[in-house]
Amino acid sequence: MSKIIIGRYIPGDSIIYKMDPRGKIIATFLFIVIIFLANNWLSYLFLSVFTLLAVWATKLKPKVFWDGVKPLIWLILFTSVLQLFFTTGGKIYWHWGILNISEYGIQNSIFIFIRFVMIILISTVLTLTTTSLEIADGMEWILKPLGYLKVPVAQIALVMSIALRFVPILLDQAVRIMNAQRARGADFNSGGLIKRIHSIIPILIPLFIGSLTIAIDLATAMEARGYREGAKRTRYRVLKWSKYDWINLGYFTLLTLILLLTRTY
Amino acid sequence: MKDNIVTVQHLSFTYKDTKHPAVNDVSFNIPKGSWTTLVGHNGSGKSTIARLLDGILLPDENSETLIQIDGITLNEKTMWDIRDKVGIVFQNPDNQFVGATVEDDVAFGLENRQVPRLKMQTIVHDVINQVGMLKFQKSEPQYLSGGQKQRVAIAGILAIGPKLIILDESTSMLDPAGKDKILALIRKVQKENGLTIFSITHDINEASQADQILVLNQGTLLASGSPIEIFKDESLIKSAGLELPLFYKVKNKLIKRGITVPQEIDNEKKLVNYLCQLNLKM
Repeated sequence: MSKIIIGRYIPGDSIIYKMDPRGKIIATFLFIVIIFLANNWLSYLFLSVFTLLAVWATKLKPKVFWDGVKPLIWLILFTSVLQLFFTTGGKIYWHWGILNISEYGIQNSIFIFIRFVMIILISTVLTLTTTSLEIADGMEWILKPLGYLKVPVAQIALVMSIALRFVPILLDQAVRIMNAQRARGADFNSGGLIKRIHSIIPILIPLFIGSLTIAIDLATAMEARGYREGAKRTRYRVLKWSKYDWINLGYFTLLTLILLLTRTY
Repeated sequence: MKDNIVTVQHLSFTYKDTKHPAVNDVSFNIPKGSWTTLVGHNGSGKSTIARLLDGILLPDENSETLIQIDGITLNEKTMWDIRDKVGIVFQNPDNQFVGATVEDDVAFGLENRQVPRLKMQTIVHDVINQVGMLKFQKSEPQYLSGGQKQRVAIAGILAIGPKLIILDESTSMLDPAGKDKILALIRKVQKENGLTIFSITHDINEASQADQILVLNQGTLLASGSPIEIFKDESLIKSAGLELPLFYKVKNKLIKRGITVPQEIDNEKKLVNYLCQLNLKM
């Protein structure tokens, strides 16, 4: 259960796994920006080929990527259909009231569809091959400049990594509380919305108290181990930039150049 | 007089919003290299004492109060030096695991003390090896058992190189087999690193193997002494909410019946042999 919520990392050892989370996060952001450069069939073709190559390089089963797209498939189809019916221009094939299917409409809806799917695939590549802790570390590095604005980046990062670490424990606790209440006759699965919300409250309160207990215990333990608020600390876990990360950034820079060359101006 | 690593004099502590002190004028010494056990009821102030020794709680103001650890007198200025000398293993294995993985957690105390990374790597590897968790170095806590998490907690403390380890009911959430393993491990690291152990426990069998027992009831120290001295008085142990170990129960009953049990008989096995021999003679 915990796996589903804190990210869908799947262990593996392909080249993508050897890449630094910082590079992967930057590449993903870059991708989401440059995807808007594509505006004709050729550029979309290159975009798709590059994305699918990245997906292939993870060496994971296609099904896990389909699992990433599936929850959003209705949203994607809905947006594409809107584009299909409401875009005008070019040859008109069908017309009814304000709805029409035109040459540009078909083209645009296919482009939108590709754009959506490619963004999801690339971000799935990131979340499947990077642990949530690595993502947190990478984000800390990226947010470092905020330190100059007196934002306590290191503390925020510690809070994030502790929060990530306690998600499975709190989930366990929630399951235990629910089972204890089921054993005493509580019913979580029937009744209307209001009744269901009502039955959640007796779970939330003990869960909340439980997490306070954890917080107090943890604060004591941290203090006993020499943690001082705001004091300088060294780092045990460090991120390492390697040749794979240059490959990663080079790959997406190449894609940017190709898109710039192939798009219509 | 033997060297004492801990000297506590006239220690009192009252929690905010309560009238009665949780710890009331307690004085005791812990000899260097010893295993001292503190026993008492729930709410007798045992854990409060552990937190006072580490400066997590500050004692009630009193000019006679003194807490001295390895020659340093505890006050707000020396608090962080004291924490370099004292490590606490707490009760709940989950709520003291700070790092995301075993090695991260062990490194936490070193990071706080700004130890350079290269040095950290050697120390972390060493202490993880000492507690026998090398196989799990990269594991996340949710895949470890309670006993394994306590091992990691011990490693995290050893990394700092303390003089005194306080066990605050560290084995009470473990099953009996896990408990024995952790205690054996602590004995091993005590020997290897020349440590002093101060153990707060409900486990009377653990207490019976200590060098010194302190009995606490409602914040007051009722008695202190070796197990043999303490276990002579069954009512004393009962007032701390504990039962005597079987060996002492039998021994005390024998003495009551006028059967002398020689000094050198100090465990169950020897007593059984002794009684068998006695039976043969009769």
